[in-house]
Amino acid sequence: MGNSSSMLTQYDIEEVQEHCNHAFSQQEILSLYNRFCQLDKNSGGFVSADEFMSVPEFAVNPLAQRLLRMLDGLNFKEFVAFLSAFSPRTTHHQKIEFIFKVYDSDCNGKVTFDDILCILRDLSGSFMSEQQRQKVLTHVFQEAGYKPDSSLVFSDFMKIFGNSELKMEVEVPID
Amino acid sequence: MAGMESTSAEMDLDRPNLEEYLPSDSIHGSGSPKNLHLRDLLDISPTLTEAAGAIVDDSFTRCFKSNSPEPWNWNIYLFPLWCTGVVVRYGILFPLRLLTLLFGWIIFWAGFIPAHILLKGQEKLRRKIERKLVEMMCSFFVASWTGVVKYHGPRPSMRPHQVFVANHTSMIDFIILEQMTAFAVIMQKHPGWVGFIQKTILESVGCIWFNRTESKDREVVARKLREHVQGVDNNPLLIFPEGTCVNNQYTVMFKKGSFELGCAVCPIAIKYNKIFVDAFWNSKKQSFTNHLLRLMTSWAVVCDVWYLEPQYLQPGETAIEFAERVRDMIATRAGLKKVPWDGYLKYFRPSPKLTEKKQQIFAEDVLRRLEK
Repeated sequence: MGNSSSMLTQYDIEEVQEHCNHAFSQQEILSLYNRFCQLDKNSGGFVSADEFMSVPEFAVNPLAQRLLRMLDGLNFKEFVAFLSAFSPRTTHHQKIEFIFKVYDSDCNGKVTFDDILCILRDLSGSFMSEQQRQKVLTHVFQEAGYKPDSSLVFSDFMKIFGNSELKMEVEVPID
Repeated sequence: MAGMESTSAEMDLDRPNLEEYLPSDSIHGSGSPKNLHLRDLLDISPTLTEAAGAIVDDSFTRCFKSNSPEPWNWNIYLFPLWCTGVVVRYGILFPLRLLTLLFGWIIFWAGFIPAHILLKGQEKLRRKIERKLVEMMCSFFVASWTGVVKYHGPRPSMRPHQVFVANHTSMIDFIILEQMTAFAVIMQKHPGWVGFIQKTILESVGCIWFNRTESKDREVVARKLREHVQGVDNNPLLIFPEGTCVNNQYTVMFKKGSFELGCAVCPIAIKYNKIFVDAFWNSKKQSFTNHLLRLMTSWAVVCDVWYLEPQYLQPGETAIEFAERVRDMIATRAGLKKVPWDGYLKYFRPSPKLTEKKQQIFAEDVLRRLEK
């Protein structure tokens, strides 16, 4: 595709910027567009799961499959919106919102004990038994004052994370 | 892919401590184990950030990016100049180069076919003539791109127990080196006219074939390599240990196969000057024919070739450490950046062992903190 920044008009860039709540500067959006086109090898207008997995650094991530479900079929605008959670300009609130979305796989606004167990499974693999995972989770749930059958809503997440610093930023290289 | 599992397992043997390069901080960041709280368990931000970082930019994809040059023909007097240039390149230079190449082929076959058939009995003489013909043909190729190649360092000599390794940017690397010395190569079998040339001409200088997708192939190839290196009459062997073409700004990891043959390893560094053309061959984007056509319609191919000092396996050094040491020499000489990735990741997925390592670190940390 070559230099595809010429394919994006100023109008397009502004639209994308609106959609991601100005999380990225116009320069960064241009860079992200180049990156998107680079990943979208067959120029289908979206990056397929296969194309994401061809990035070795992504493929070795334990949460890769989880994220692929969220990333699959996204067009460029949605792709930027997805990444906006990692911009230094997004608020603490928005970052926690993103983390909540990763946990809430069925998008019903509730994160259950099992949802968290699922992610724990991805993160620990075969190095923790199912029993150990349940034990750990029950322990921290109880300590935080939640029953194992309770489900967490977003406000619970905000409470749990509190005001502590969340280091969740990536730098978009501007060529 | 059926072949994927076995080959990725074997790739592990090639890879030195990749975990050192990948960010593998424990999920919970800090060194001293603290009590485990719900917040710590829910906070997957480090893992998510790693994934997002890889999506935004990763060192592996950077190795295969062909940087298209900035268009410079953008104003009223530069544009006609550029148009004139196009006319000269396509209308004058290209036909001339094509004719030169044709001429070269005619002379080559006129010499090769008789030598091949008539001198069947006299092996030594036949091989000497075929060798010289191949070198000549390569010179014709280099001339057809107006290749300006500067060789530095001592010319490779014909003796056994040595193997040459070089960084790989395009198949023309082989042609550029071959015009100086007739090397034997180890190559992936290609289809089409390239395959035909491989079968007929390259057989005469000595060639070893491999097939990337066949995992059993490795032992067979390793054996053939060892046999070749021992043979006194064989042409010096040239290997591209990266296993794939990289964009001449980075080097990917060297496969250790060439470094455990028990002989001298002579590094060669090749650096192309992008001033007239980018010589990187992105085999996924263009066929070799298109790549050659692009070179033949550019002004020139400018490159430097450095023959570096032969290296030997040091006592106590593993083959992989040896490979890295030589890669370091080549990367420094040619001004290339090193990345810790295996070039075959272009064709295969990374081994699940890397993911498992991360999982292990996480699991151990959680269990440790739970004890408290």
